[in-house]
Amino acid sequence: MYQQIEVLKKYMPLYRQLVKKDIKLKYRRSFLGYLWSILNPLMIMGIMVIVFSNMFRFNIQNYPVYLIIGQSIFNFTNEATSKAMWSIIGNASLLKKTYVPKYIFCLSTVSSSFVNMLFSLGAMLIVFIVCGVKFTWNMLFIPVILLQVFVFALGLGLFLAEATVFFRDIQYIYSAFLTAWMYATPIFYPLETVGETIQWIIKHLNPLYAYIQQFRTIALDAAFPAFGLILHGILVSAIMLVFGVWRFMKNQDRFILYI
Amino acid sequence: MIENKNDEYAVIVDHATIRFNIASEKIDNLKEYFVKMAKHQLMFQEFLALDDVSFKVKKGESWGIIGTNGSGKSTMLKMVCRILKPYKGSVQTFGTIAPLIELGAGFSEDLTARENIFLNGAVLGYDEKFMEAHFQEIVDFAELHNFLDMPIKNYSSGMAARLGFSIATMVNPDILICDEVLAVGDVAFQKKCERRMAEMRASGTTLLFVSHSMESVRSVCENALWLSHGKVMAMGKVDDVSEKYMKYLDEGNR
Repeated sequence: MYQQIEVLKKYMPLYRQLVKKDIKLKYRRSFLGYLWSILNPLMIMGIMVIVFSNMFRFNIQNYPVYLIIGQSIFNFTNEATSKAMWSIIGNASLLKKTYVPKYIFCLSTVSSSFVNMLFSLGAMLIVFIVCGVKFTWNMLFIPVILLQVFVFALGLGLFLAEATVFFRDIQYIYSAFLTAWMYATPIFYPLETVGETIQWIIKHLNPLYAYIQQFRTIALDAAFPAFGLILHGILVSAIMLVFGVWRFMKNQDRFILYI
Repeated sequence: MIENKNDEYAVIVDHATIRFNIASEKIDNLKEYFVKMAKHQLMFQEFLALDDVSFKVKKGESWGIIGTNGSGKSTMLKMVCRILKPYKGSVQTFGTIAPLIELGAGFSEDLTARENIFLNGAVLGYDEKFMEAHFQEIVDFAELHNFLDMPIKNYSSGMAARLGFSIATMVNPDILICDEVLAVGDVAFQKKCERRMAEMRASGTTLLFVSHSMESVRSVCENALWLSHGKVMAMGKVDDVSEKYMKYLDEGNR
């Protein structure tokens, strides 16, 4: 354990460099650069607001706020886990030639996606102000929600990265799974519009519901999220992390033979 | 790489075995896996890339590892660098290691040379401050002053290798591990690299060196280890071992 911490300390510069690299390269040669992190979610949200408030007429107060919260959290999970899935195979040439702790690549991809999400909170702030969201002290809890999502995505990312090394099929399965997951997450529809059984399933089996719901309670109801919901979120992310780390550590010495 | 203290030895390889499972065919998708499992055909052929190898390298010694293709030379170096873990036995190293298995292995194509210097330094475990301090030294040695802000993808392989070598050998490591990397680059730069290695050797760096050219092994190393099919055939003074090795090759050709 002590040794693990020493190793992590030694490779902290690498972690920083990798995160920096991802962020730098993302917007290199684009005219507006980092501004896209804010503009892009705003544009997508705008389109979805137009589509859903005209076509389906969901009766949700402050629909743009409702939408952008779900969208931001789902997009982060999507991006972070999809990229983490590739982090080991994608760095095969490096892992074959020199020793670096392998989890660094998962950790850094999830972190750079997290930084992107933090940028996109700028878009959220704009929507909050325009839609007249009440700013309360409860909002100080938002970082804790984001941390839960981060830990969850990291655990899932470690598991996916490990599994993809041995079975390349995972990438196709997971991309189909993500589509299903998006529809099973109340991002653009209110939970009440689906049947009761499905509601139960979403509430209990979709971890993203716990995170999104905590966030929406704070922004839309100006209240503190229910204790049970927070506990649920923390528990799920902790379990996911332990599971991901366990799978990864168990198999990492065999990666080299498959990449 | 945690630095353990040991006054006498730099590398201790103790009865190390590296096993590869060569599946009869490579199975990397789920369908095949289940089909084979159902048919009880998940058979693996065991292949020992290194078979019960033991050897010790004292501080400051230089060892050449020789052998034919597929004899386990590169596997040995990768094991000492901790890229591969022995399936049985153990490997201990004492001191900092500079692996020159492939120059510029950590380069990112889209980043500029300047950014890659920091990234590659981090791969070797050096922080930004340290790299900042040695930046000029690296650029001077690689002679790439005019191309610093060009993405690495536009570099020729020789230029990239020069940069890789400069970064990896910027500090005097305790153990230098070298796998035929000097074959790239022009003659002038090769000479420069050889000088640099000689300097390092003079200052007490331990060297592990793999090459097919017996000439360069003889000129660089004092000792040699001869591997064949993962087993140690001979080790000791470079002249003795290389003589045996050449004799063996001659017999094989006859």
